Amino acid sequence: MSKNLIPLWEVFIRPRNGLAHKHCGSVHAADEVMALQAARDVYTRRGEGTSIWVVPSSAITASDPENKDENFEPSLSKVYRHPTFYEIPDDVGHM
Amino acid sequence: MAGASTVSRQALTAFLLRLADDHLVLGHRLSEWCGHAPMLEEDLAMPNMALDLLGQARALYQYAATVEGAGRDEDQLAYLRREREFSNCLMAERENGDFAHTMLRQLYFAAFMEPAWQAMLSSSDEALAGIAAKAVKEVAYHIRHAGEWVVRLGDGTEESTRRMKAAVEALAPYVDELFESDDVTAAMAEAGIAADPAALRPAFDAIVGPIFAEAGLDWADVPYGQTGGRKGMHGEAMGYLLADLQFMQRSYPGAAW
Repeated sequence: MSKNLIPLWEVFIRPRNGLAHKHCGSVHAADEVMALQAARDVYTRRGEGTSIWVVPSSAITASDPENKDENFEPSLSKVYRHPTFYEIPDDVGHM
Repeated sequence: MAGASTVSRQALTAFLLRLADDHLVLGHRLSEWCGHAPMLEEDLAMPNMALDLLGQARALYQYAATVEGAGRDEDQLAYLRREREFSNCLMAERENGDFAHTMLRQLYFAAFMEPAWQAMLSSSDEALAGIAAKAVKEVAYHIRHAGEWVVRLGDGTEESTRRMKAAVEALAPYVDELFESDDVTAAMAEAGIAADPAALRPAFDAIVGPIFAEAGLDWADVPYGQTGGRKGMHGEAMGYLLADLQFMQRSYPGAAW
């Protein structure tokens, strides 16, 4: 089986209603239908999810690790961006 | 056991053991792929289905043991009966062959069981209706999974098409046995416990037909079908399968987790 017939897919699972889909890994599959099935078999064996997304890995544009410093370093010194000076009312619930 | 009052204990036990044997034996065959599948994803998918089948087999053996009332439990029914006492269909015991053969066999069996479980949802036997309620969801997935593979292999590369056609040819003699009726199935149908197998054929064709059409596959002509599984007449692969399956209980009687 050559790899180009069976591309890689990124798998996102939503554990419960109201939560976001979260990346949990990847699977190989011939197309999106088979990718969903593979994701179901590989990643939801223990009741982990109520919804699955699969996305072709090739559709993801990733940041270059070499640009790590210019991308992320500047934010480290801006502590005032963290909303730690506010108290969140209990009624707000899950944020 | 509402239905059991109108049907003999013997007939109900025989029927439950057929179903249980089908599921145990096919589940064992699927589990043989564990660690040998063509890709990691299938190495999980096939044992997943095998575990579904094993779970269904356990529920059926437990209930059969209760109905039989002979003091045997699920382990004794599964591990201490001899080849001639097993009444699974011949398709279930067939060796795995290649991946195409395994997937087609799975599709056939699931397409046979899906309408059977659907009918058992409203069985006059409440215990069986309960087992069916869990099984229908599992078998629906088996049809989807195996069906998608049959389409992709049948309508895939030159080699996958050749292998899928060979699987259709190889399994064709074992399809008709699934739909055979006899005294046991007649008693079940009469008592409203389970559908007459012959009546399930249109539903089977309605499931497999569109999949074959999409896969570009044709039914193979069968000059004569293989039969005998329900009476304990098995193929030569069955003894080896049981030797493997029953080894632990035969070597260490009463061993438990």
